[in-house]
Amino acid sequence: MTVATELRESRELLVNLTLREVRGKYKRTALGQGWSLLNPIATMLIFTAVFGFLLRITVPAGNPSGVHVFALWLVCGLLPWNFVSSALTGGMGALVGNANLVKKVYFPREVLVASTVLSWDVTFLIELGVLSVALLLFGAFVLPWLPLAALYVVLLTAFGLGLGLALSVANVYFRDTSHFVGILMQIWFYATPVVYPSSYVHQAAQKLDDKGYRLFGHKVPLEFVYRLNPMERFVACFRAVFYDNRWPGFGDTVFVVLAAAVSLIAGYAIFRRYEARLAEEL
Amino acid sequence: MTAPPGNTAVVVQGVSKRFRLYHERNQSLKAALMRRRRASYEEFWALRDVSLSIESGCTYGLVGENGSGKSTLLKCIARILRPDHGRVATKGKMAALLELGSGFHPELSGRENIFLNGSILGLSKRELTRKFDEIVDFAGVEQFVDQPVKNYSSGMYVRLGFSIAINVDPEILLVDEVLAVGDAAFQRKCQEKFSEFRRAGKTVVIVSHAMESVRTLCDEVAWLEHGRLLKTGRPDEVVDEYVDAGHVDRQQPPTAATARWGSGEAQLTSVELLGTDGAPTARVRTGDAVTIRLGYRTTEPISRPVFGLALESLEGVYVWAHNTRDARWVPNLIDGDGSVDLVIDRLMLQPGTFDLSASVVTSDCTSAFDFLRRCLRFDVEVGTPRESGGFVALGGRWGFSPDDSVLTSAASRMRGGTP
Repeated sequence: MTVATELRESRELLVNLTLREVRGKYKRTALGQGWSLLNPIATMLIFTAVFGFLLRITVPAGNPSGVHVFALWLVCGLLPWNFVSSALTGGMGALVGNANLVKKVYFPREVLVASTVLSWDVTFLIELGVLSVALLLFGAFVLPWLPLAALYVVLLTAFGLGLGLALSVANVYFRDTSHFVGILMQIWFYATPVVYPSSYVHQAAQKLDDKGYRLFGHKVPLEFVYRLNPMERFVACFRAVFYDNRWPGFGDTVFVVLAAAVSLIAGYAIFRRYEARLAEEL
Repeated sequence: MTAPPGNTAVVVQGVSKRFRLYHERNQSLKAALMRRRRASYEEFWALRDVSLSIESGCTYGLVGENGSGKSTLLKCIARILRPDHGRVATKGKMAALLELGSGFHPELSGRENIFLNGSILGLSKRELTRKFDEIVDFAGVEQFVDQPVKNYSSGMYVRLGFSIAINVDPEILLVDEVLAVGDAAFQRKCQEKFSEFRRAGKTVVIVSHAMESVRTLCDEVAWLEHGRLLKTGRPDEVVDEYVDAGHVDRQQPPTAATARWGSGEAQLTSVELLGTDGAPTARVRTGDAVTIRLGYRTTEPISRPVFGLALESLEGVYVWAHNTRDARWVPNLIDGDGSVDLVIDRLMLQPGTFDLSASVVTSDCTSAFDFLRRCLRFDVEVGTPRESGGFVALGGRWGFSPDDSVLTSAASRMRGGTP
């Protein structure tokens, strides 16, 4: 069987497994898919109360959209973050969670990880739809930008899928990967400008500089290091498209394309390498 | 994966599979970092340099003790495990019946699970829509098809799993002893489906401990021992040799299959099969003189009790039964402990595995004092007379008819060639 026919045959399986995930996620809950909206809404309210109201984090107005609402600004970054975080965690558990399937039936195993990531894509798209409606209500004419947004969703999916593939096999061999990743995700969350704007980091770097801090005789490269985080770039792109209604920066776009490509290629390579003994190790 | 040449469906070439036996199963990162390796383990070769090829349309049996590597080999063919050395090539669509209903999502309905499980097994949505009714019908779950499968009984669960798998309509079917599922009616349906399958010229690879079904079903058998291929050949030869080598483990039958009921005034305290030497055994030969001894104990005097015995094959076929009432041997009264014997001069059973059920019931056979279902399992090995197949040996003799007019030309040629 060639790779091409295998891919064609597994496409249908991918669709079915994704549907299984989507349908199974909120089965037996009274609100069903409503939960996929309630969760981000709750997070939004909490973060708005804490960061927008108590800590008085100030965010710029959308340029040129003119929207100036902390909650909307927050959600434009929160949704892509939530997607990556869920896709990573879900993808990581996909093999261990389907151990009985992996041990008893042959099918391309990467489909398990991919379907989990795609099921979160469904949630992500619903959330983005609701966000678009809210933005329209607040006067940001986001509609012409949605095709462009789709491109960034694809890139973010590729990025999340690559990491999910690598972590899913890692989790089979070392079960504490998942706990480890739990901590990393917290660090990563605060290293990404979701609840505060990146300009704060710029200011912090400036302050260090003013006070005369030096690293080996150079300026402390705080901002440079900060901007190496692909999620920082992704969030910048999503905010540009949804909150500002403008083209994302060229540098950011190149960066996220590279990040998505590297993550997917490396993740898949790692997956392939360790896939052979999955059925025994599970 | 390259297709095997010509008329072969499966080619296994020099396949070795190594497992790691961890001394201390440590999947923690900390331990791995501290020791700079994951865990100490021993290597264990589940398969060593196994080569065989399976013709298209052939029913191929894999036999061997537990741990001989036959299930590992099946999983290698199914591509669930990847061999460390050697290669496996297969031709055509393949379905493996390793565990039924694996991959069902408990919260989803039967209908959704059929589509899901079907696509895991490689069926397209179009094919599934076409076969949907057949699948549901075969599994007998029409009324429940829109219920979540977690509400299914275990029987329904397994039946639906089997029904989907068998309807994948593969070129090659891999089966790992899953046929012992469901009630008798469903088992019969499965057997029929299998025969249909074989008649349609599909290839079947079976792993089984039921020697009788291997003997009757298979066209060719491979015998594995400690991961090595010991012998391949015609089923009667290989199976006889295998059974003779004493490789059929005789454990007690699974408790699920056994059952006991009765009012308890009389109880069967022991059920024994005594071999030619008079000692209890679980392995006898065709034609042996054997005795079945039933020990009993009563709590009150019982008049005219009836003792009964019944024999079933492993597949649940009712082979034989006999009771003291039909034999017109009725004890007037039993009280306390004792035992009764059924003496069999020649055990006219063909080689295979049988389950014995024993009972003691009231004189009119309407209610049971004690009934032990499948309380003793024993093997019959090749003995005398040696006949070709089935359950019973009739001890018949072949010869030419005394009346010459019925001789066919073929027979006369034969006679001419035999001085």
